[in-house]
Amino acid sequence: MGAPVTPQDHKPSPLGYVPGLGHLLRGDWPNAIGLSVQLLILTWAAVAGFPRLGGLLFPEQGGSGLHPWIALLSWVGVVGLVGYTTWAGQQPPPPKDSVRSPTAELIKQFQRNRAGVFGLHIVSWMIVLALLTPLVAPFDPDALDVGGKSLPPQPGYWMGTDDFGRDLLSRSLYGARISLSIGFIAVGLSATLGALIGAVAGYFGGWVDRLSMWLVDLLLALPRLVLLLAIVGLFRSAGAQSLFLIVVILGLTGWMGVSRIVRAQVLTLKEQDFVQACRAMGIPDSRIILGHILPNAMAPVIVNASLAIGGTILTEASLSFLGLGVPPPTATWGSIINDGREFMRTAPWITIGPGLLIVLAVMSFNLLGDGLRDALDPKLRGRA
Amino acid sequence: MFTYTLKKLAMALPLLWGVITLIFFLIELSPGDATDRFFTPETPPEVRQAITEKWGLDKPAVTRYGIMMVNLLQGDFGRSISQERPVFDIVLDALPNTLVLSLLSLVVINLVGVVLGIIQAARQYSALDGGLSVLSLFFYSMPGFWLALVLQLVFGLWWPVLPTSGMIDPVMHDFMTPSQQTWDKLAHLVLPSIALGVSSAASVARYMRSSLLEVIRQDYIRTAKAKGLPEYVVVLKHALRNALLPIITILGMQLPFLVSGAVLVESIFAWPGMGRLIVQAIFSQDTPLIIACFFILTMLVVVGNLVADLLYAVVDPRIRFE
Repeated sequence: MGAPVTPQDHKPSPLGYVPGLGHLLRGDWPNAIGLSVQLLILTWAAVAGFPRLGGLLFPEQGGSGLHPWIALLSWVGVVGLVGYTTWAGQQPPPPKDSVRSPTAELIKQFQRNRAGVFGLHIVSWMIVLALLTPLVAPFDPDALDVGGKSLPPQPGYWMGTDDFGRDLLSRSLYGARISLSIGFIAVGLSATLGALIGAVAGYFGGWVDRLSMWLVDLLLALPRLVLLLAIVGLFRSAGAQSLFLIVVILGLTGWMGVSRIVRAQVLTLKEQDFVQACRAMGIPDSRIILGHILPNAMAPVIVNASLAIGGTILTEASLSFLGLGVPPPTATWGSIINDGREFMRTAPWITIGPGLLIVLAVMSFNLLGDGLRDALDPKLRGRA
Repeated sequence: MFTYTLKKLAMALPLLWGVITLIFFLIELSPGDATDRFFTPETPPEVRQAITEKWGLDKPAVTRYGIMMVNLLQGDFGRSISQERPVFDIVLDALPNTLVLSLLSLVVINLVGVVLGIIQAARQYSALDGGLSVLSLFFYSMPGFWLALVLQLVFGLWWPVLPTSGMIDPVMHDFMTPSQQTWDKLAHLVLPSIALGVSSAASVARYMRSSLLEVIRQDYIRTAKAKGLPEYVVVLKHALRNALLPIITILGMQLPFLVSGAVLVESIFAWPGMGRLIVQAIFSQDTPLIIACFFILTMLVVVGNLVADLLYAVVDPRIRFE
């Protein structure tokens, strides 16, 4: 027997936080299924993607621009992750009685919530697959007639093909990149904007507060989809239908909920002693807000953002479905459903497959958000 | 209560003004206008001039804004440029159709959601609770337009039992007896209202479950149980009323959500309501029609919130509007 491990001796390894790794190391298979499937997908992506790297990186063999480099970096990351996890599998598990930092405590809390961990697994698979799409997609998403038109799902064409004979699995994988990026970037934008506006309104009060909350009421009185429809629909001939502008418009119409939450938090925070102390020391308002108040109000913003990503993916799909999303031929989940609408009778799989992917993605983000909320805020535990 | 209602409505006026102004200048900033569809490249300039003048579009935007506001204050919505008839008539045709659909959805949403929530909370952590939780999350995460398409596929094509478009049977309706006509109308309502309401019902069920669970933990419920009252009396009579309060708050927020859904569901089911009208108005850049649609939408939201506030007082006698 060696010397007993004291809390000070042990430096917690970041691997302790990988959901499912502990189960995998202890051979607890039922609980390690999530991580094992993830590792299998990654290994498959690394093996299957390797031969394509050459073709992607050399423009004369087809492929140019930024995408190959993103794919190369992701590939290196995947190989590294598989290697690291395998290596870590041979290390002894961390002792149980080590002292946890607040972050570690948060992660521990989150791991207790099985539904949240499940959501995190699905979300991370989707992100990895989206990053690796050029390496793993069986076909070019825009290639016509890759094996027959309107083929039902079958081996080789797992989601079938559409009326132009384009492979729907490839299109859905490329669509996932667009839909997920729109979700993340638009929500990042609206959460930042909402947090800033809410903090300024709550901190300064007075007419700033009244004006910004009136604006919030005004924008909340309009259903978001209808407002988006008006903006994109009216300006479509002026080029509003680009990926960049869609993201910006989605971001600019989604900040109101966050700003209300942050404002309410700031109203209580600004009366507390540490803020009074900051003022007494003459710290400028901008630094008090950004450096002292906002970090304390971030928890609900993070929860709100992870829930909002799902909503934004739904909204983007609705816009694409109305023909007002990212312009064709770029595939997004909503636009594939829209394309399949005419062929509901003869080829319903065009519509059904991407719809199920949307449900899966939105559901995972909702589970992740619920789990994060439970972990971040003990008061809210158990609420819907 | 009456003065409270008046006060709330008066507070809505600046909101209405803000919405109308925002939308008006949004339309002004966008390229082209509603008369574009009258022109071809060969249209002589004097004809263009005459048409533009006929609709008053030759005046500067600020002047037209002023004229519009004065007309609106007198209750005049103007004439639609794309349909060439009074906007008021167009809206009056579409609004009842949307109201029938949304109100039916609203009733179904809240009944189904509340009942499911009660079942789940009463049997917390059972297999039934788990199954219903997964199911409601599944439907909550579902795009409404996709559900509409799948419903059309399943109930219109694979198992053709329900009509999938329009409000009445276009051929047979006139030859039906009055009772058959009523059935025909009801049958046409089924699929659109399901497509419109399912995700909201799922969210109501989630709120109801957690709200009831919170109430059930309180002392007065333990007292009621200790008295030996049967469980259904405790849950339905003692706990339910308090647990309904948060549901009423979200009731007011459901209306804008329903209208968003209606835009998609109405176009899929060819339902001649406000949702389809807004899409048409926006695509034809018909300023008076767009303004009227947004006016109605904002009013719906304001009234929805007001009704929720007043219902609050009915359920919770502690609340008084002074």
